[in-house]
Amino acid sequence: MTGINLVESALDPANAVCREVVPAGEPWLKELRKGQTLRILDLEGNQAVDTLFYSLERPTAERYSAIDTLQAQGNVYLTTGTQLMSNEGRVMLTITADTCGRHDTLGGACAAESNQVRYGLEKKSMHSCRDSFLRALADSDYGLGKRDLASNINFFMNVPLTPEGGLSFEDGISDAGKYVEMRAEMDVLVLVSNCPQLNNPCNAYNPTPVEMIIWDAAKG
Amino acid sequence: MIDPEPLPETVVHRDRVPGGRYWSMVIRRGFTLRLVDPEGRANVATLLYNPQNRLERYNMADTLKGQHTSKLTRGNMLYSDMGRVMLSIVEDTAGWHDTIGGITRDADIVRKYGEHRYQQYRNDFYRSGRELFLIELAKWGLGKRDLVANLNFFSKVYAGADGVLHFDPENSQPGDYVDLRAEMDTLVVLNTAPHPMDPSPVYDPGPVDLSLYRSPPVADDDYCVQFRPENARAFANTAIHNCQG
Repeated sequence: MTGINLVESALDPANAVCREVVPAGEPWLKELRKGQTLRILDLEGNQAVDTLFYSLERPTAERYSAIDTLQAQGNVYLTTGTQLMSNEGRVMLTITADTCGRHDTLGGACAAESNQVRYGLEKKSMHSCRDSFLRALADSDYGLGKRDLASNINFFMNVPLTPEGGLSFEDGISDAGKYVEMRAEMDVLVLVSNCPQLNNPCNAYNPTPVEMIIWDAAKG
Repeated sequence: MIDPEPLPETVVHRDRVPGGRYWSMVIRRGFTLRLVDPEGRANVATLLYNPQNRLERYNMADTLKGQHTSKLTRGNMLYSDMGRVMLSIVEDTAGWHDTIGGITRDADIVRKYGEHRYQQYRNDFYRSGRELFLIELAKWGLGKRDLVANLNFFSKVYAGADGVLHFDPENSQPGDYVDLRAEMDTLVVLNTAPHPMDPSPVYDPGPVDLSLYRSPPVADDDYCVQFRPENARAFANTAIHNCQG
């Protein structure tokens, strides 16, 4: 695993079982069955897609773990071949295609309170990913809440680390039409916030819609 | 051997945690927790919670992106997910504390070091970081849902340009210490199991010496508060949290 691993998908959207556009600033909560493949398509480019996964069978006990994922692959960036690990050390999903090349899992989700710290105390009223996460969970019946919000994946987001210990949010390397695809290795709940952040370049200062496309196993 | 600064006369408690064990305590605002690595091989995996609302906890991502860093040292503050400072690193001789390396799980310990169960080895049995966290968290009504990305004091993990993670076994020297000033009441839960990337083939985690002393008042020109504008804003949010006493 050495970082960027560009791989195109053979799957045809015409054969998909689900196609849904998620506007910027909105959550998306979906069950994904073992063997199904999810594509996240960056429709207009440079759009951060904050994503969490939970075991559908035991949502409050097993969830995506950024740290376990880094530990398992020995690398901080996510790309084709990355196995998305749970806090129980099990593979939840595998990234099977990626035309962007690098995704972040250290930057976390924006929140009203962290926006205050990062950009100014007056920024608290701006919309944030955590608000979308909490709203989606509060309206669902999975028994999940703030306690279950751990470090997420930021698809299409570029957060480089330096050997000296630096970390920064850089201009994205995604573009219109780029996508990342992952196959579920267990039944999972997918929780997405299509990021509304306006204070840094993670969305090119212009949050835009993304499309979520799902295929059943062996229906490409 | 580095001679730590003599402890202030305001010390109220001292303790030693052996390697491969746990510890927890609420550090009150106005007190500072000193961690000393007496043998130069400690790894202190640490999580932080607000004892009044344990849904508020140390947040790795907010701490890192707020201070544009992946390592922690003097001047850095440890942020909660609510835009507040829990602890400030007011002194540090090690220079790098890990935020992304995580903890060992039971299977890692068996794979790396072999099986050493209590039945054969009594209290020299091998324990994982996850096991120790879960035991100590349970005493506060916390569990797996609360087990988030942790700090590893005295350990260094860095990423190359290609993103590959490296561990520096020489990071901490005997006597290195770090002083953590509580800016709000903070439940500190820690354990001394080996770092998951520690290359040593032998299970022999080092102890950590703890001391707790009353902090001097936070001055207007405080190094940590002034270290970054983000820190000043997080500190201002914390002052609101503390405004009723």
